[in-house]
Amino acid sequence: MKKFRTSISAVFNRGLRDGLRDGLPIGLGYLAVSFSLGIAARNAGLTAFQGFLASALINASAGEYALFTLIAARATYLEAALVTLIANARYLLMSFSLSQRFAPSSPLRHRFFIGFDITDELFGITIARPGHVDPYYTYGAFLIAGPCWAVGTLLGVIAGNLLPLRLVSALSVALYGMFLAVIIPPSRKNKVIAGIVLVCFAGSYLSKYLPVISSLSDGMRIIILTVFISLAAALLFPVKQDIGKED
Amino acid sequence: MGHNVYIYIMIMAVITYAIRTLPLTLIRKPIKNQFFQSFLYYVPYVTLAVMTFPAIIDATQTPVAGAAALIVGIIVAWRGTGLFQVSASCCAVVFFIELFF
Repeated sequence: MKKFRTSISAVFNRGLRDGLRDGLPIGLGYLAVSFSLGIAARNAGLTAFQGFLASALINASAGEYALFTLIAARATYLEAALVTLIANARYLLMSFSLSQRFAPSSPLRHRFFIGFDITDELFGITIARPGHVDPYYTYGAFLIAGPCWAVGTLLGVIAGNLLPLRLVSALSVALYGMFLAVIIPPSRKNKVIAGIVLVCFAGSYLSKYLPVISSLSDGMRIIILTVFISLAAALLFPVKQDIGKED
Repeated sequence: MGHNVYIYIMIMAVITYAIRTLPLTLIRKPIKNQFFQSFLYYVPYVTLAVMTFPAIIDATQTPVAGAAALIVGIIVAWRGTGLFQVSASCCAVVFFIELFF
């Protein structure tokens, strides 16, 4: 029993350690993005504390940006609620996807905590690990990335344009670098995924310019493309193995 | 109707948390349907790919830097290096290109 306990704690520690390590580049990217978000918050008339609170509770870039715009425009609470639903609906899909990757024996509380941690990036690195979700890995990453996001917003409200633009520009691609690190290695192993990634790039590019769809918000376009392309991929290339047991 | 900033923040925080947590907590059994399983299998790749391009090109001061970051990021990730290295290479490329443009 004692040996069993030690091996369990070794796994937890490794998961947590890996999470802290992978949370660092995410945190750096978050600092840059949330810094510019903080500038938007200041322009909307929020105090540094309000910007910090919004980021600490919401953890969503596009959603928060929309929220600050709405606050500045003195929108109704109902409008704010609707925009939230639209801007953040993609997390519903991610949550669905994660629900299928939890170990059946995993306690329910982890699902409540992980739910709070679902951002594009943390979802990406969580799902990129083979096998069942290791909650401690995600907690480790969130422990670094979460505070960076909130503090970056706070600094953005206070310091405005102090950070050199060139540095902000360089840091702002950190997030996309992480997305690439998640989608490219499986593309190398699996031609279907490689093809789908290319279709996504093309579809996403076109949707920015095609009539009607280009007038939608970024969040809405992401949902439409995700649902449409994933449905088509599932129809054309059904996956044979049990997702939870994939390794 | 008031315009209290804290109420706006609370509305968004509650709705966002519900969106993130409801599927996770309500669906605790594996879904057996192969079509739906396949759909969920592809969702992460599709959504991350859609968010990466062309957004990476719009994120930088000059589009050339963003495009270079995309290419370098793909090459470095293709070679199987970790998250941090891929991310750092993208940032470095943008930094150096924008020094000269």
